[in-house]
Amino acid sequence: MFEPKIVCFLCKWCTSAGADLAGTSRLKYRPNGVNIKFMCSSRVDPEHILWAFHEGADGVLIGGCHPGDCHYEDGNYKTQARVSLLNRLLDDLGIDTRRLRLDWISAAEGSKFANVMNEFTEELRSLGPIKLAAREMAK
Amino acid sequence: MKRIGVFVCHCGINIAMTVDVKRVAEEAMNMPGVAYAQDYIYMCSEPGQALVREKIKEEELDAVIIAACSPNLHESTFRAAAEEAGLNPWQCEIANIREQCSWVHTNREKATSKAIRIVDTLVQKTILNESLEPIPVSITKKALVIGGGIAGIQAALDIADSGYKIILVEKESSIGGHMAQLSETFPTLDCSQCILTPKMVAAGKHPNIELMTYSEIEEVSGYVGNFNVKIKRKASFVDWSKCNGCGLCMEKCPAKVPSLFDRELATHGAIYVPFPQAVPNKPVIDKDNCIYFKSGKCRLCEKVCEIGAINFEQEDLIVEEEIGAIIVATGFETLPVPNLVEYGAGDVPDVIDGLAFERLLSASGPTVGEVRRPSDGMVPKEIVFVQCAGSRDPERYRPYCSKICCMYTTKHALLYKHRVHDGQPYIFYIDIRTGGKGYEEFYHNAELDEGIIYLRGKVAKIFRDGDKTVVWGTDTLTGRNIEIAADLVVLATAMIPKDSTAELVKKLRIQTGPNGFLSEAHPKLRPVESINSGFYIAGAAQGPKDIPETVAQASAAACKVISLFSRDHLEQDPAIAWVDEDLCGNCRICISVCPYDAREFDEEKGIVIVNEALCEGCGSCVAACACGATQQRNLSDSQIRSMVTASLGGE
Ligand SMILES: Cc1cc2nc3c(=O)[nH]c(=O)nc-3n(C[C@H](O)[C@H](O)[C@H](O)COP(=O)(O)OP(=O)(O)OC[C@H]3O[C@@H](n4cnc5c(N)ncnc54)[C@H](O)[C@@H]3O)c2cc1C
Ligand code: SF4
Ligand code: SF4
Ligand code: FES
Repeated sequence: MFEPKIVCFLCKWCTSAGADLAGTSRLKYRPNGVNIKFMCSSRVDPEHILWAFHEGADGVLIGGCHPGDCHYEDGNYKTQARVSLLNRLLDDLGIDTRRLRLDWISAAEGSKFANVMNEFTEELRSLGPIKLAAREMAK
Repeated sequence: MKRIGVFVCHCGINIAMTVDVKRVAEEAMNMPGVAYAQDYIYMCSEPGQALVREKIKEEELDAVIIAACSPNLHESTFRAAAEEAGLNPWQCEIANIREQCSWVHTNREKATSKAIRIVDTLVQKTILNESLEPIPVSITKKALVIGGGIAGIQAALDIADSGYKIILVEKESSIGGHMAQLSETFPTLDCSQCILTPKMVAAGKHPNIELMTYSEIEEVSGYVGNFNVKIKRKASFVDWSKCNGCGLCMEKCPAKVPSLFDRELATHGAIYVPFPQAVPNKPVIDKDNCIYFKSGKCRLCEKVCEIGAINFEQEDLIVEEEIGAIIVATGFETLPVPNLVEYGAGDVPDVIDGLAFERLLSASGPTVGEVRRPSDGMVPKEIVFVQCAGSRDPERYRPYCSKICCMYTTKHALLYKHRVHDGQPYIFYIDIRTGGKGYEEFYHNAELDEGIIYLRGKVAKIFRDGDKTVVWGTDTLTGRNIEIAADLVVLATAMIPKDSTAELVKKLRIQTGPNGFLSEAHPKLRPVESINSGFYIAGAAQGPKDIPETVAQASAAACKVISLFSRDHLEQDPAIAWVDEDLCGNCRICISVCPYDAREFDEEKGIVIVNEALCEGCGSCVAACACGATQQRNLSDSQIRSMVTASLGGE
């Protein structure tokens, strides 16, 4: 079976803490993602996402705090704006925008984190691998 | 090239069960820059830490990576160990292979491969990590306690006694919280008011405590040591500086408002103090129920108030305070009876909750301590107490145990027997839980000596029949169905977090768990701290608990604040933004994205600079900077790029 590779950019305060809670609650989910922890989702530069696709990611997850809950006032709104901009570019590059997921996952939502990882893995499986040409363009 | 050491923890079997730790260590040896790698059963134990220290020296390591549990647990432990062995603490990184790997996956092969990539990601980061020094920041040595229940009062008194200033903010007009509503308290049956009021008075009088009752938090900004807090002082329409608490206005007020303090078993006027021992003992006008505010006529209270304290023009006032640390002690409420459908949804008469029963038992309550049922004032001869009403019921209500109900229900039955000697109390329970000093003995005496009938089983239905409230249940020990035609039913409703807590935590940006109770930084080892520095938690806001536990937690939270204030300055994380002067194109976009005004244009240099004291290190400006001039220390774009590559298993 196709095992998609996922890069997860998680903010420290909410989503990474939520991922920790999934662990302490011993929830089980697909092992396709590796987490990279930032202080805030707003540290994610669209270039990091393109780089991930270029380097072989089949999907990128950005996890931040729920609207209004960002530890740095409104970082997650900036993230959302940047992601919508990037989506247009992904279209142009021929990368399905479903490969970039932005989810608000709080520190209390361990089960949401686990569900998102499972769902995303399934979705990427059905999408299959990214075409090589698109990967090259992502650089 | 740096010489990096990688230490892989088994965590007993917690990691080793699903991750092949030996292979992770072997693979780490092949990663660029890694000069040494080893696995060990418990990295965080003293021998584990000693191993790290020893190898740093022996192998002349420049940096270390500990592959173990979440950095929230032991990052500071290992950074301290690294520092002891001569490394800069920022040359120590944690690879989380437990919470985010071994505990959540089952396939050993895949979990091991993921753990290797997690370690590689951190190796890539570490190669480019700089040695940093913490940024010293000053501390405002004044604390804020939110919530004036016994938790908040105790914390405030402890901090105040140690010489620091404190502001105690309470939503209601008086401090006291739920403990003020209780009659007598288990397991010693001392009168709640008698042990609480002296503390309330002490808090009201303490020169270091400023009470702000009838107040709420409007906004909080800043960070540990230096918060700026805006507090809304709600208009009470009574000038408290003039009011001498004579109470004439309350006597004369013609309005009738159900008393929430008395669980709506009594009424008070539109101008009222919630209970006679209130601190401060000053009335407020309930605008929604005041006849003058509703219809434009009345102002009786104004007429009788000789000193002219009534002020219908008073407005809400916002005050601003500089604060160093914040304790959240907002307490609990109980699941409303109308939520409990099978128990009559609040429509069956003479079905009340535990707090209402406390008011009936209280000597200062609406019945002056005589147990009389609400519908007709009759003294009930048979009472059914229902435990776990809404607790331990994950399908429909709350999944958790409310912890105190077993004890207070026994107390209720006992106090009822003391007042109505020929009365018969029945208690429906699922289990009796009496963990606590003297608790089992308390329950045991009640069961043996007092003629209370304990029925193990759930109540299925409660309904009215004539002047009786009928309870259907099963006794699971005998398998019999039971029907009791009771005069009064008391539900031990689930303890839930105060409803306003959800809104408050958004303002404070601290975390709550799945049931809405405040989250502690570590469930065992950091029970009174929030993950967010500068915030501490105490009392029933953190989870169901009784008074002894609440007070212990409050003193512990106070102690944390005192220890924070005992320092000369705090150290701020130096992993913040900086600007490469040669690259800055002066577009100033970063100034607009910074939530803290930490960026400013430097006229002399002609570029934008970062104010280190204000930067919180969110990294938003780094992502926004198109020239690559702004970078974040130890999380630069080039670090992130190589981390991404490593996370995907690439070169
Ligand atoms: C029926 C019943 C019987 C009990 N009997 C006993 C007993 O016999 N023995 C015993 O040990 N324990 C007993 N308890 C438990 C006891 O009541 C609690 O342990 C204790 O009251 C918890 O204190 P607290 O200060 O944490 O919370 P609370 O008493 O709830 O106080 C919280 C305070 O914070 C204020 N507040 C809330 N939100 C805000 C906000 N946003 N801003 C400002 N202020 C806010 C509230 O108005 C309140 O004054 C009983 C509980 C119940 C329900
Ligand atoms: S004006 Fe309002 S508060 Fe004053 S006496 Fe009349 S109803 Fe009561
Ligand atoms: S990282 Fe940048 S945007 Fe964030 S607080 Fe610091 S200067 Fe402001
Ligand atoms: S801190 Fe979580 S999104 Fe900003």
